[in-house]
Amino acid sequence: MFGNKNDTRLLLVVAIMVLLAPFILQPFGISTGMNQFNAGYPDLMQRFVIFGIFAIGFNILFGLTGYLSFGHAAFLGVGSYSAVWMFKLLSMSVIPAILLAVLISGVFALLIGYISLRRSGIYFSILTLAFAQMSYNLAYSVFTPITNGETGLQLSLKDPRILDAAGASGSLPSTYLISPNWLNGLEMRDTFRLQLGDWLFQFNTGYYLSAILMLLAFYVSVRIFRSPFGLMLRAVKTNQTRLNYTGVNTRPYTLAAFVISGMYAGLAGGLLASMDPLAGAERMQWTASGEVVIMAILGGAGTLIGPILGAGSIKYFENIFSKINENILHDWFAFLPDGLANGVVWIVSKFTGDGWHLTLGLLFMMVVIFLPGGLVEGGTRIWNFVTRKNRPSRSTDKTYAPKHKPAE
Amino acid sequence: MAILEVRNVSKRFGGLQALDDVNLSVEENTIHAIIGPNGAGKSTLLNCFVGKLLPDEGSVLFDGRSLLGAKPHEINQMGVSRVFQTPEIFGDLTVFENVIIPCFAKRDGAFSLNAWKGVRHEVDMREKAEQMLIDVSMQDKKDMTASSLSRGDKRRLEMAMCLSQDPQLLLLDEPTAGMSRSDTNNTIDLLKEIQAKRAITMAVIEHDMHVVFSLAEKISVLAQGTVIVEDLPENIKGNLKVQEAYLGTTAA
Repeated sequence: MFGNKNDTRLLLVVAIMVLLAPFILQPFGISTGMNQFNAGYPDLMQRFVIFGIFAIGFNILFGLTGYLSFGHAAFLGVGSYSAVWMFKLLSMSVIPAILLAVLISGVFALLIGYISLRRSGIYFSILTLAFAQMSYNLAYSVFTPITNGETGLQLSLKDPRILDAAGASGSLPSTYLISPNWLNGLEMRDTFRLQLGDWLFQFNTGYYLSAILMLLAFYVSVRIFRSPFGLMLRAVKTNQTRLNYTGVNTRPYTLAAFVISGMYAGLAGGLLASMDPLAGAERMQWTASGEVVIMAILGGAGTLIGPILGAGSIKYFENIFSKINENILHDWFAFLPDGLANGVVWIVSKFTGDGWHLTLGLLFMMVVIFLPGGLVEGGTRIWNFVTRKNRPSRSTDKTYAPKHKPAE
Repeated sequence: MAILEVRNVSKRFGGLQALDDVNLSVEENTIHAIIGPNGAGKSTLLNCFVGKLLPDEGSVLFDGRSLLGAKPHEINQMGVSRVFQTPEIFGDLTVFENVIIPCFAKRDGAFSLNAWKGVRHEVDMREKAEQMLIDVSMQDKKDMTASSLSRGDKRRLEMAMCLSQDPQLLLLDEPTAGMSRSDTNNTIDLLKEIQAKRAITMAVIEHDMHVVFSLAEKISVLAQGTVIVEDLPENIKGNLKVQEAYLGTTAA
């Protein structure tokens, strides 16, 4: 598909993983104590792939050009607001909502990128951060008519919804891919449940829509990485002076990368709103921008698969690791003598449950110090160790011939 | 015919008159050396050619077109390439990628959203880059990371990058600075070979007199911001003004 076996194989592996995720993420029976580690429920699976899209897009800017944007959540938020407005005004179909989200965030990225890219390095990061915080504060206050301020933008029964007003009943409609008036329709929340013994597998429409869009986004990103355009972006990262003296105008290249990654963020924002049609200003906050930076670095910035792994790990931590509360820990350590158990639980509980950020922080530090190439580098090292291919890894492999990660 | 015409160029940095009414013309298909003691204004002059500095007065014409006010990438697109004093290469990329980037820049212009067709499918460009590496005998190093090359090879690579664009004018800023004698001789041979093979004009700034007299067909001597002599190499050696500029006193 790319004229490159490795890339095609990587895409296939990702596709299989993503399409079979309802099985893969649900390894434990529902009545067992391990059920809480099952991640195969629609809400979380949707988050995996949607934030995967966000991180893939961010990686096109940061991984290739080295421009560290600290304000990408602004585009996520703009995407969500646009999508919700589409639901309010036009129809509950997700297609126009997602299209508008991508378009508006692209325009927004063009504007912010045009100004921010006048500077590079830390000044660029600070400018993007400033713009994002500005957007956040504006969404909270001045733009209340558009964003509904603190409450956040929600659907209401009074919305015009021109295209499917006819079907309006007493309750709020839900988002759909195929209108309920056609056949039986296909709503985002529709989930097909398959119970095999103690195992419950859930196949959710919203998840599969997001998953297919993520695969598409991933495919496009691979093409960009391998194209002359991607090569120029990597040249921007290593030596802009030389590139200028080689007859290349670097500004439009970085701007194009910025807009593309902004559109990816808009797509992710639009999808978030499609799964759950509300949008709040906190989606634009700097912590959300920082999260995508961590995703990219944790997984491996500049690698193809890294951002997806990073997004998956962080969302897993946020949703699963954070559920390990003291009661569960007491159960686990019940075999220890009472006093000792209390002590162990007291220590461990600081790292689990609400303390998941602490574990994530430690993990992040370890990765940055010992695995500068992120989880992808870790995977490659393990793979080379297992297959005893101890040849020194050439740094040229880094982005050109991807280190692909068979396990994971 | 003169391909590069410098007329009455002056540049002042605060109280320092770096260039004072410089006149210079580089003939097509020749190697023209610009020499002079430290602080004579050689690098300032070169920076005026490539769009890095804007002279206060005067004009710089390349092939009849003014270079003043043009940006570095625009000047390159006109056909002027530059080799730096310390090699400027894409350190994180492979040698091959380093050479194919200028090929794309030459074909696609200053910007192109060429994001769909993979680099590996750009057969023409790949062949061109491969050929260029063969020309500078670096084909066995094509998969190495550029930053891991020796200094001499980095210089060679930078020249390959410039030459892969078939420039009309190649500007070289001390191309043998910091090189060993044997590397210097190799570079001289390489430059001569290139000049013989391709119709190319070179303007060389150089300190090393051995290099200058081995290469140059014409020499301009710059001292205190102005051209004191412009002549053939054999006439420069005996020129009293030149000796004075270098030695500080009137040599006997």
